[in-house]
Amino acid sequence: MRPTDIKNPEYFHKVVDCQYACPAHTPVPEYIRLIARRRFTEAYLVNWESNVFPGVLGRTCDRPCEPACRRGRLEQEPVAICRLKRVAADNKGDITTYLPDIPADKNGKRIALIGAGPASLTVARDLMPLGYSIDLYDENPKAGGFMRSQIPSFRLPETVLDEEVGYVLDMGVNQFFQQRVDSMKAILQQPYDAVFVGTGAPRGRDLDLPGRQEADANVHIGINWLFNVAFEHTSSIGKNVIVLGGGNTAMDCCRTARRLGGENVCVTVRSTYDDMKASPWEKEDAQREDIPFYPDHTPLSFVCENGKLVGMTFDRVKSVYDDDGKRRLESTGEEPVFIAADDVIVAVGQEVAFPWIEADAGIDFDDWGQPVVDKVSFQSSHEKVFFGGDAAFGPENIITAVAHGHQAAISLDLFLSGKDVVNTRPAPNVSMVSTKMGIHEWSYDSTVTHDQRFSVPHLETSVALSDRKAEVELGFDTDIGFHEAERCLNCDVQTVFIEGKCIECDSCVDICPTNCITFTTNGDESDLRGRLSAPADDLDQDLYVSDTLPTERVMVKDENVCLHCGLCAERCPTAAWDMQQYTYQVTKPSQVINIDASGIGFHSVSNVP
Amino acid sequence: MSFYKPKFRHPQLPSNALGFTRAEYEGALSTLCAGCGHDSISAAVVQACWELDLEPHRIAKVSGIGCSSKSPTYFLNKSHGFNSVHGRMPSVATGAYVANHELTYIGVSGDGDSASIGMGQFAHVVRRNMNMLYMVENNGCYGLTKGQDSATADEGSRSKAGAINPFENIDLVGVALEIGATFVARSFSGDKEQLVPLIKAAIAHRGFALLDVISPCVTFNNHHGSTKSYDYTREHVQTGNIVDFVPSRSEITAHYGEGQNHSLNLHDGSVLNLSKTAPDHDPQDRRQAINALADSRDAGQILTGLIYIDTGEPDFHSMMKINDKPLNSLSQDQLCPGNEALQKINQKLR
Repeated sequence: MRPTDIKNPEYFHKVVDCQYACPAHTPVPEYIRLIARRRFTEAYLVNWESNVFPGVLGRTCDRPCEPACRRGRLEQEPVAICRLKRVAADNKGDITTYLPDIPADKNGKRIALIGAGPASLTVARDLMPLGYSIDLYDENPKAGGFMRSQIPSFRLPETVLDEEVGYVLDMGVNQFFQQRVDSMKAILQQPYDAVFVGTGAPRGRDLDLPGRQEADANVHIGINWLFNVAFEHTSSIGKNVIVLGGGNTAMDCCRTARRLGGENVCVTVRSTYDDMKASPWEKEDAQREDIPFYPDHTPLSFVCENGKLVGMTFDRVKSVYDDDGKRRLESTGEEPVFIAADDVIVAVGQEVAFPWIEADAGIDFDDWGQPVVDKVSFQSSHEKVFFGGDAAFGPENIITAVAHGHQAAISLDLFLSGKDVVNTRPAPNVSMVSTKMGIHEWSYDSTVTHDQRFSVPHLETSVALSDRKAEVELGFDTDIGFHEAERCLNCDVQTVFIEGKCIECDSCVDICPTNCITFTTNGDESDLRGRLSAPADDLDQDLYVSDTLPTERVMVKDENVCLHCGLCAERCPTAAWDMQQYTYQVTKPSQVINIDASGIGFHSVSNVP
Repeated sequence: MSFYKPKFRHPQLPSNALGFTRAEYEGALSTLCAGCGHDSISAAVVQACWELDLEPHRIAKVSGIGCSSKSPTYFLNKSHGFNSVHGRMPSVATGAYVANHELTYIGVSGDGDSASIGMGQFAHVVRRNMNMLYMVENNGCYGLTKGQDSATADEGSRSKAGAINPFENIDLVGVALEIGATFVARSFSGDKEQLVPLIKAAIAHRGFALLDVISPCVTFNNHHGSTKSYDYTREHVQTGNIVDFVPSRSEITAHYGEGQNHSLNLHDGSVLNLSKTAPDHDPQDRRQAINALADSRDAGQILTGLIYIDTGEPDFHSMMKINDKPLNSLSQDQLCPGNEALQKINQKLR
C-alpha cells in the first residue's frame, strides 16, 4: 500500500467515528471532554455551533453517532453521546453573551425561508450574523416545524424548544407566522434575492383498505394527529387504540395515546420486531409504558359496526429475504386476526408535498414528486431557490436537516456574493496539535475507564402517563454525566507516526492492548490485512501505513479498535509516536466558535462585509 | 501517564487449544524504560507460551536481580514466580525443580546477573543439565545502575559516557557450549520471527536450554559505538540455523528437501524443522558449533539462531533419580516416614 496521506483532512476525520457519522460533523469528543471538565457552557456552545439545537437533539436525536462509536466495537454499548449533549444543555450558564453580534446595517440582500423547521432556522442562524435580511414564513403560530408539531412534550419540553428556537429568532429574523405560502411564483415576484424551502415532509401516508371511509371518524393520520395534540386541538382518544406502523412516529403516537386516555394501546407492524424502523431506545420506552407490539401483522381491513369503527383485521405474515437481502412478506395462511379498537392511528410513513409550487415556477421535479436538488449545493433548477431538510431528499431527521441548513447557507452566501456554489465551497477548518505535556504526560485524560454505559433515570411510569407534558427521561446528573463522559476514548486524539524517528524496537507493538500495530513487509491491502497482529476484517476501518523503514518494513496500524490510550507513544523511546489532537470543523458562513486543539476561541463575526 | 494497561483487547483475538487468548498470558504494565528490548522479549514469551498451549498456572518464572529480572512481572501474571537473590536464580530454580519437576521453568537473567555475580551458579546449572529455559536478556551494561559496562560488553565497545571497554567479554553461548549445555541459542529482541520459535523449542527441549537474547538498553547502550545497540545488532547479525517449531499435536505437512533442511524430534513429540544457512554447521555437532561461533566472531558478526542441540543427554531429573511425584502430591507419611526410617538411613551410613 502507499503511505497514508495524513495531510488529507478526511483521513483522521474518519477515525473520529462519531463525528464522521454525524451529518453535521459535531466535534463529539471535544464537547465530551468539556463536560468532563464541568465546562458545560463551552460544551453547549461547541454543540450549538455545529448543530444549533443541542437541548432538542440531546433528547430527540436519531444518534447516528452512537452506532458508530468505537466503544461499541470493544464492548456492548457505545458512549451515551446523545444524553451527554443534554447534560451540557441542562447545566450551561447564560450563553447570550457568546452569541454572534447581528449587524445593524444590513448587507442589502433579502432571503425568504419557507417553513420554520430546523433547516430554515439553521440557515437563519448562519446568515443573520452576516447582515442578510431574512423573512421566515410558517403556517403555524410558532416556529420549530416538526420539532414542535410531531415530537411530543413528554420527550421534548416546549421550554427547551422555545429557548433554542428563540436564540435564532432573536437575531432579528422577520417572522411571518400563521401565513401559509400558497404560491412559489408569488414569493419569487417579491424582491427576494433568494428563497430557501424547508417545508419538511408534511403529508402522512394513509391506508386505503376496506372500511376506511366508513371508519373515517376514528382513523387518524399519525403526524396530523400529533400536530393536533401539540397545538391542543385534540385532547382525548378511545380506550382501545391500534397504532399502525413501526417507525419513530408510531412510537410517539402510541405513547401519546396512552396519555390521552388510551388504556389498551398496541402497535402493529408488517415487519419483524427487529426490522422495525424505530430506534431501539424508542421501542424500549414504548414497551416500558405497557404497549404491546404485534410484528408480522399486515392490516387487511377496518371493521365497522353500525357505521362506527370496532377494530381491524390483520393477516399474519412472515418476512422472507431473497439473496440480495430484499424483504418480501408472505402470508402464513392462518386465519386473519381481529383486534378491537375505538381509534386507529396510521403512522406508516410520510412524504413531501409541494402543492404550492406551480409547475411553471421554474423548479424541476422528478418522477417521484421530489424536487431536483444538487446534493452539494442544495440548489434547485431555479438558481434562486434552494431546498433543505426533509423537503430536499425526503424524510430524514433533525440533525440531517441542520446539516442541510449549514450547507444551503454556504450556498446562499456564495450565490449572493456572485460565486460558484459548487466549486468555491470552503474547506473544513482543521488543526492538529500535539498533546504532549512532558514525558508520558498528555493534555487529555488518556486513561481508559472500564465503566459500562450508564442508564438514564426515568420518571415513574404512572406519573408520566398521567401528564402528557411531563418529561419521561430525567437526564444524567452532572456526576453520572462525568462518569459517562470518561467512557469516551478521545478518538480525536490521533496516533501520529513519524517514520524518521522510529528505531523499530517493537515497543508499541508489544504494549498495544488491542494489537493494532504491526511492522511487516508491505503488500496490497487485502494481503496486509491477512498478516497483521490481530484480525483486521472491518473493511470500513482504514489501515494507516507508513513509508518504508530502514529494515524494508512498514508500520501498519489498523484503526479499528485503537483505544487512543497513548500507550504506544508512552512506550516509544524516540517519540516516533505522538498523540495529536485533531479538530475538524465544518466551515460555516459565519463561524461563531473556533475550535482548535489549543482551545476554544470565540470569534466575533459582526460586520463581516 | 498510564499506570495500568486498559483491559480491552481486540474482540477477535484468536484462542489456543485451551481456549485462551494471548491476554491470559500477559503481565503487569512494564515499568522498564520505553523501548527496552526486555519488553519485546516478554511479549515473545507471551506469544510462545500461548502458541504452545501451556497452562499459565503450570509455569514457574524464576529470576535474579536487575532490569532483566524485573521482567517476569510483565508476562504470565497467572504463573508462579520467584524473584530471587542476585545471581542466585539457578539455586532457587534447582530447589523448585526438585520439589516439582512437572512445572515448566522459565528462568530470566541478565548479563550482570549471569556473567558477573552469578557466573558460578550459571556454570553449575548448565553442567547439571537442569530442565529449564534459561534466558539471558543481554544488553551489555548495568542498566539499573546507570549503564556501566557489564562482563558481556564487547572489547572496544564505547559506553554512553565515552569510555572504551578494555576487557575481553564473556560470551555465555561459548561458555555454555564448553561446559555441556544441551540447547544453546542466541537471538535478538528485535526479531520476534526468530525469537518466538526459539523460545518454544527451548521450552520443549528436555534439558538445559540457554537462550542468549541481545536486548538493547535504549537508555544507556543504544548509541553509536555500542555493540549492543539496535542498529549495530541489525547490521552485524548473522542468522545461523533458523528454527521452525512444530508442536506435538500438529502434523508436519511441509516437505523439506535434502541437505539444507532437516527435522529433529524432541522428547515431547514435537518437531524442530531446521533450515541451515551455513552448510558446514550441523547444530548437533558440538565441535562444528564451537567453530561456527568462533568464525562468526572473527568476522565481527553476531551468530544467532539455534547454535547447538543435543537431545540424547540425560537431564538433571533422571541423573539424580529424583522422585517422579512432586513433593506437594506426597502424603505426610511419605514426606516424613518417621524415626524408624531415619534410624535405618543412619544405620546405612555408619
